[in-house]
Amino acid sequence: MQASDLTIWTIILVLGVGTYLIRWSFLGALGNRELPGWVLRMLRYTPVAVLPALVAPLVLWPEATGGAPDPARLAAAAATVAVGVLTRNVMLAILAGATTLFGLLYLLG
Amino acid sequence: MQKDESTMSPVPEPRPSLAEAAADAASRRALARSPRAAFRHGVVQTLPFLIVIVPFALLFGVVATEAGLNIAQVMGFSVLVLAGASQFTAVQLLTDNAPTLIVILSALAVNLRMAMYSASLLPWLNEASRAQKAWISFALIDQSYALSIQHYERHPRLSMPQRLAYFGGTAVMLCLPWMLFSWVGATVGEAIPDGIALDFAMPITFLAMIAPMLRTPAHLAACFVAIAAALLLAGLPSGLGLLIAAPMGMATGAVVEARSDTRAAAQEG
Repeated sequence: MQASDLTIWTIILVLGVGTYLIRWSFLGALGNRELPGWVLRMLRYTPVAVLPALVAPLVLWPEATGGAPDPARLAAAAATVAVGVLTRNVMLAILAGATTLFGLLYLLG
Repeated sequence: MQKDESTMSPVPEPRPSLAEAAADAASRRALARSPRAAFRHGVVQTLPFLIVIVPFALLFGVVATEAGLNIAQVMGFSVLVLAGASQFTAVQLLTDNAPTLIVILSALAVNLRMAMYSASLLPWLNEASRAQKAWISFALIDQSYALSIQHYERHPRLSMPQRLAYFGGTAVMLCLPWMLFSWVGATVGEAIPDGIALDFAMPITFLAMIAPMLRTPAHLAACFVAIAAALLLAGLPSGLGLLIAAPMGMATGAVVEARSDTRAAAQEG
């Protein structure tokens, strides 16, 4: 990464304060105010929209292969999602993905 | 409105079962606990979550160190931000050399759901002092929220000290291990030689976090649209596509949910 120490610390501090304010929002400042329904709906879908959008290009065009789709990494991604959906268990899904990745990288040389 | 653990309404709805629940044995035990015992109860009920928290924290420490952060910066993230998914998001975007503003906005977006937690806990903790609310806000993470709201709804007649002590027990048992094992991971990470295929640790971690969230058609639709848009916009400068694709996914989820609500209401009426 190219970011300087100053940039990284700026990100940590702004992110720390911002995240705190999000957590403190209703408990500390907004009180019992009702949120409009559409705001609640948007909030509900933030993780399930942000994280896939972040990860999709990384899966399809991994940096380690210079952006070329890679069978081992695609299979590892598929195994992770499949085990995650079936078991609802984050650690099992990570294990499945890691095993697939290292297994295939070893087999395919 | 659909009911699942992520859709707690901000105000707990009165339920006919509350009166019975208060009368059963578990509730009698909960109501009889001293604050100290309520704290211990929170600690004990949190223990199973360590199976996830500890490896997750180790992984963050290792991955962030491999990405080029030093131990102080890893600890800065785990102590001051204290939110796993957004920490991974920030480190991934830093690795992609995304502009600072995009790193901050994306990682904050991942944490927006916590406003919902804050709103949902308020009716139960409204009588707490400002200082107590400030500490709760610091330690309000997915697991401390989920455990506490379940406990409060199950035992609605808990006193304020009992509620605060229970939250404190979960928070201590979740946040301190998160910090400690991030540090262990960062220490280990410095010893791991470069060249091991750790590049894919972060994508796998994100996928593993996403998969269990895909519970409803609305979640699936939000995820699908976000992925399609992110892939189409992948040519934009790093991180910018995410900033457009994520709101599109969020809006899709909201629209699909609103539609299925209307349909359900029409069927009932």
